[in-house]
Parts: sequence; C-alpha cells; structure tokens
Amino acid sequence: MRKRSQRLWLIGAASVLALGAVALAATALQDTVAFFYSPSDLVEKQVIADGKSARVGGLVEERSVSHDAGGVMIFRITDTKHTVPVMFDGIPPDLFKEGQGVVAEGKFDAEGRLIASRVLAKHDENYMPKETYDALRKAAESKEPVS
Amino acid sequence: MIAELGHLLAFLALATAATQSALGLTTGGVAVKRLAVATGVFSLLALLALVISFVRLDFSVALVAEHSNSQKPLIYRIAGAWGNHEGSMLLWCVIMAAYGAGAALFMRPDMLRDRALGVQGLLTTGSLTYLLLASSPFTRLDPAPLDGAGLNPLLQDPAVALHPPFLYMGYVGMSFVFSLAAGGLIIGKIDRDWAKRVRPWALTAWSGLTIGIALGSIWAYYELGWGGWWFWDPVENASFMPWLVGAALIHSLIVTEKRGGMAAWTVFLAVLTFCLALLGTFLVRSGVMTSVHAFAVDPTRGIVLLVGLAIAGGAALALYAWRAPKLMAGPEFDPVSREGALILNNLFLSVAAALVLVGTVTPMFAQALNISLSIGEPYFHLTFAPMMAVLLLAMPVAPMASWRKADLTPILRSLAPAAIVAFIVAVAATVLHGGFAPWLFVGVFVGAWVVAGVLRDLLRRAGAGGVGRLFRLPLAVWGMAIAHIGIGLFVIGATTETASREERTFPLARGETAQMAGWSFRFDDVRQAEGPNYYATRANITVTHPNGGIQVIHPEKRIYPAAGTPTTEVAILKTLTGDIYVALGDTIREAPGVWRIRIARHPLIDWIFGGAGLIALGGFVSLAARIRRREKATVEEQAPASGAPKPATAGAPA
Repeated sequence: MRKRSQRLWLIGAASVLALGAVALAATALQDTVAFFYSPSDLVEKQVIADGKSARVGGLVEERSVSHDAGGVMIFRITDTKHTVPVMFDGIPPDLFKEGQGVVAEGKFDAEGRLIASRVLAKHDENYMPKETYDALRKAAESKEPVS
Repeated sequence: MIAELGHLLAFLALATAATQSALGLTTGGVAVKRLAVATGVFSLLALLALVISFVRLDFSVALVAEHSNSQKPLIYRIAGAWGNHEGSMLLWCVIMAAYGAGAALFMRPDMLRDRALGVQGLLTTGSLTYLLLASSPFTRLDPAPLDGAGLNPLLQDPAVALHPPFLYMGYVGMSFVFSLAAGGLIIGKIDRDWAKRVRPWALTAWSGLTIGIALGSIWAYYELGWGGWWFWDPVENASFMPWLVGAALIHSLIVTEKRGGMAAWTVFLAVLTFCLALLGTFLVRSGVMTSVHAFAVDPTRGIVLLVGLAIAGGAALALYAWRAPKLMAGPEFDPVSREGALILNNLFLSVAAALVLVGTVTPMFAQALNISLSIGEPYFHLTFAPMMAVLLLAMPVAPMASWRKADLTPILRSLAPAAIVAFIVAVAATVLHGGFAPWLFVGVFVGAWVVAGVLRDLLRRAGAGGVGRLFRLPLAVWGMAIAHIGIGLFVIGATTETASREERTFPLARGETAQMAGWSFRFDDVRQAEGPNYYATRANITVTHPNGGIQVIHPEKRIYPAAGTPTTEVAILKTLTGDIYVALGDTIREAPGVWRIRIARHPLIDWIFGGAGLIALGGFVSLAARIRRREKATVEEQAPASGAPKPATAGAPA
C-alpha cells in the first residue's frame, strides 16, 4: 500500500469515528442533561412537569423530614423563599441535616414532587455544594428589594 | 525542630532541582544524574520529616493541628500526612522527584536522559516552588493548640494510606513520560530506541494509576454516599481520562518501538497524558464542580494549577509543532495488519477519552454562561459504552494479526470457537438475570469474547508444544494476556453488576425480618460501642442465606467527637456470586424504634476489582519482561565473542 493511500484511509477512519462520536455525544447530551434549579426557579418559572429531570439545591427545611408508610424519606428543599417537596428511597448522606445544604437529583412526578435518585450533602464542616450556595445567594438577592 | 528540618530539606530539593534542570538542559553529564538523585533524596526526607511531625503529634505545626488528633490510631497519623492539600502536594513533589532519581539511576547516560532529567527538574522546581510559596506543610502555629482537630472522619479508612500514593504514582509518573517526550523533541530524535526507553516508564505510571483508580473505586463502593464503585463523578472522570490516553500511549509505543511508525502520534500522546493528569488535578482541587469526592478544595489553588497546565502543555505543544513534521513516518503497512489494529485501538481510546472529557467539562463551561447543569451516568452509558464495545470486539484480533499485512480470514476462523463460547456465556447470563437486557447481553458477550479470544491466542502461540510450552512463552506475551483477560473479566463484572444489582430500603423495628432475593435479614437490636477515637451505634442483624446458613453482621454509625461528624460503616457479606451490602440508616421520627436499613445485592462485584487488579498486574509483568530483556541485552553486549543473536522480537505481543 502506498504512503498516500495509507494516510487517506487513516484520515477517513478517524473522521468517520470523530463524526460518529460528535453525533453520539450531541444526542446523548440532549437526552440526559439535568439542569440545575433553585426552588424559586422551579416555582416562579413553573418548570415543574411530570417526568422532568432536574437537580435542585438549597437547604433542608427545618422540621420537614418525615417518612411515609413504606419508609420512603420525604423532606422539603427551601431557598428561604420557596420550597420543593422531595421523596428519597435511600439512606441520606451522613451530613444530611435539617437546616443544612443539600442537592437532590431526580425526576418530578405528577404531583410535583421530586423523586430523588441521589441526594448530596456537604462533605465536611467547611464545604457546601456550590449549587446550594448559588441558590441561597440568588434567593437572598431577589428578596432584598421587598424587605 | 523536625518541621524546620523538613522545610530546609524541601528548599534544598528546590535548589538541586533547579540546578538539575539548568545543567540537564545545557551541558548534561554525570552531575545531572547526581543532582536528580539528590532531589529525590531531599524531598523524600522532607516528607519523612512531615510524617514524623504527624506521628509525634507536634501540634505546633499548623497542618498537624488541623488534620490530626491525639486519639487517632497510628496508621491514620502517618497517612494523615497526605490526607490534606499541603501534605498531598508534598507527596506530589516527592513522587515527581523520585521518578527523576529512578531515571537517573536506571537509564543509559546520554543526551535523551540528560534532557529528560532537565525537563523533569523544571517540573519539580515548579511544583516545589508552589509547595513552598503557596502551600507549605511546615508552617508553625504560635501558640500551639493542646490537641488537633482530627482527620475528616470520612477519610479515616485504611484506603487513605494507599489510594493517594498509587494515584500519584500514576498521575505524577506521567510527568516523566512527558519529560522523555520533551527531551526527545529537544534533541529531535523520536525513534525506535526512544520508544523502547519510554515504555517502561509509561507502563510503571499507567499500572500505578490503574491500582490507584481501583483502590478509589473499592473505597467509594463501601463508603456510603460516594455513589458506588463508579458513577461518573467529575473527580472519577478526572483520573479516568489520563488512564484512557495512557492506555492508548502504551499501545502506540509498541508500534513505534517495533516498527518505527506513528512516532509523531506517540509523542503527542505522551504529552497529552500528563496534560490530562494536570487537568484532572485542576478539576479535583479547584472545586469548580460539585463532586462527592471533593476534598481539600480551594478555588485560589485552581488558578495556579491552570497556569501550570497552560505553561507545561503550551511549551510542550509548541515544541511538538516545531519538531513533529521532521519525525520519520515509518514503514508502510496495510489497514488490515497489527499496525492497523493498534491504530484502531488508539482511535477508539482517544475518542472515548474525548467523550468523557466533553461530559466532564461541559457543566464547567455552561457555568461560565450562567447555565447550571449536570451530566451523569446516562450520558456516559450512551456514549462511552458503545465505543468500548466496538474496541473490545477488535481486541482479540489484534495480537493475532501480523505486522505490515495480515489476513483476516484465518484469524477469524481460529477465533470462531471464542465467539461461540462468548455467545453461550451471554445467553447464560441473560437466563440467570431473568430476562433479556441488551446492555447485559452485549457486555457479557464482549467480555467473554475477549477472555476466550486471549486464551485462544495463547494456545495458538503454544502451538504443538502443548501446555508445557505455554509456560515458556515470553513474559511480554503473558503481560498482554493477563491485562486483556483482566479487561474481559472487568467488563463482565461491570455490566452484570450494573444490570442486576438490587437495592431496597426497609423500615424495621427490633425483631422484624426483611426478605430480599431469597435472603432474610432479622433486625435483632442496636447497641452502643466504642472505638479508639469514635463512638458507634452498632446494629446486630441475623442474615439467613438462601441455602440455610446463618451469620450475624454489624453495620454501624459512628460519631467522631474530635470532628463532631457522623459516618456510616456498612457491613458486607462476601459470597461466590457477589456481595450482600447492608447499611444502617436513620431512625423514623413518627415511629420510635424503627430504623431504616438499606440492603443491596451487588453481583460479581469482585470481578470488577479483580479485573482491574489483573490489568495492573499485566502492566507490571510487561515491565518485568522489559527489565529482563534489557539485562539479557547487556550481558550479550559484554560478551560479544559468543555471537549470540539479539533476543528475537518477532514473536513479541501487541
């Protein structure tokens, strides 16, 4: 095989693969990206819809943690302005506490509750999920003109 | 005193590293070797000084006061030295310097070695400068506190002693591969000899990285809340990208070494691997992304890493752009050949790494546009898995193809039994799973195909000699075979675990029993217990196996008073077919005395870790093969009269 045709098939194979990968990545991104919302975003922009996937960050509302008959955990995430109900059938992280920062990831059900597949809390005393921090800051900013 | 001594030793290491780079890049010679060894020794002693400060609980050292505590067991006092940002930076410098010292001792003295040691000296100088100016581990506190704050309880685990050093052996080890690439580009000589001398270093670093990632994966598996053995967290991806590109590098080095081809591509991969390791460190340390594994995070440190990445990567790529066009192209070959197969391997591994990169950094760029999004498991399953499936289909074919031009028909014919075996195994897995799951079927099929294909290849190599001949095959063949079998077992384990794992949470009061998958779990009671530096709430759960055996397990929750934080310790029951995993959850406010207990079954989980272990073992066996061959070669050089031919390389593996 000549040098030129060798280079040709190499470039050909690489570009076919690259194009395929780009197409694959683009469709996969469209289907799987979960956008992040603060409770205020969800309520004010009315994004809650059955089957919609989202990441929600804020604080676990005080005295909001309870369990249903099957032992599924129920709590509310607040950014001090609005709240979103969450259901989680798992064991929350060790640093999950009422009044502390949290990020929940999952899909909304028909009643507008977030059925979380993952719940993240902070890791150590000095760390708060970045998204929680942003949500609280935004809520605080939007409240200021009122008060 | 010890801390000041450590500080001084770090400065000495900085001085020798700077001189090493200056001499290495100009005159070269034996002084470079001595300086490189000195840098290694000084930085190692500096780390030793820090470890001694931790062991002696010298709370006048700020780092010890912040990260240790008088109640901590000895092993965590030692490992605590690198269980924080400053200490881990020192470990980074030590390993970087150690690679330099190792190269100084083991590499043939010539231009390439000197230039590579010069570049390594530059990298070490940069790292040590950053360490000493921005994150010194030896800063004193005045007055010294009576006791320390304690290690983050989540990190109090035997894995903290091994996971970071191995990860760095990989990440930082790639720095020397980078130095060899830069050195080769500087002297304008990227040839078969260059590839031959780079490969052991690439193998060492890559195998270390494999072990480091596997240890992290095991740790995340049994630490509740870390998402299981793998969940495409940014920090996990950060280590996986250099691993993928490193794997491509190890394979392209074979082409460059055996055939002199793909030189420009190989040297590019060598540069890229270290750049990805730096990018990974940036992603992990800067806190730009929400991760469950983010420790020691500080955005200001991220900038420094990003600048370091830009300088090292930019300089190397400029050098590359200048020199690469002059590199030789190597002999011609047919698309269907060993070269062609290895190029295919490289294309797929690089594209897979690119897909992981896109999934990992897209949220970061979106953040810059004020869009907050996250990309999780589904994206990676959709993109990464198909790439790997195709790659693995080609995997058994490559080692059987001959160089330059191969005939596919006889190869495929001899692999037909492997395909049949793989199909039967995949059907069996589907039946055991209790229904057809496309990814389970495909995964088990390609995994079994790889294992059976490798075994078929080993038999072919043994030829008529039979099993006895099998043990006389070159070590290099065994290295490849072990690593590839490891990949196959890993894929079977990973897809089975992902497709058939079961998880449920049961609210249980004392004396109640939960049933899952033929197992029964009786919640007997919870008791208080005490550990060396924690208090535990320990559950007693009686487990009855499907076959009637009985065992009591003790999942627990701990409180570490020094840090005031709770942790959950799961109980794991090992069985031949997988793990039973039990975690003690929280109590239910509305129903006093009821605890939530998480029970999960992880089938074939040990195949995942065992497979990864075999991959690393295969890497080390290939390394041993290389060292052995080098010794043979030196013996022959010393005795030219014997006229023995150089060891044949024709039968060497891909």
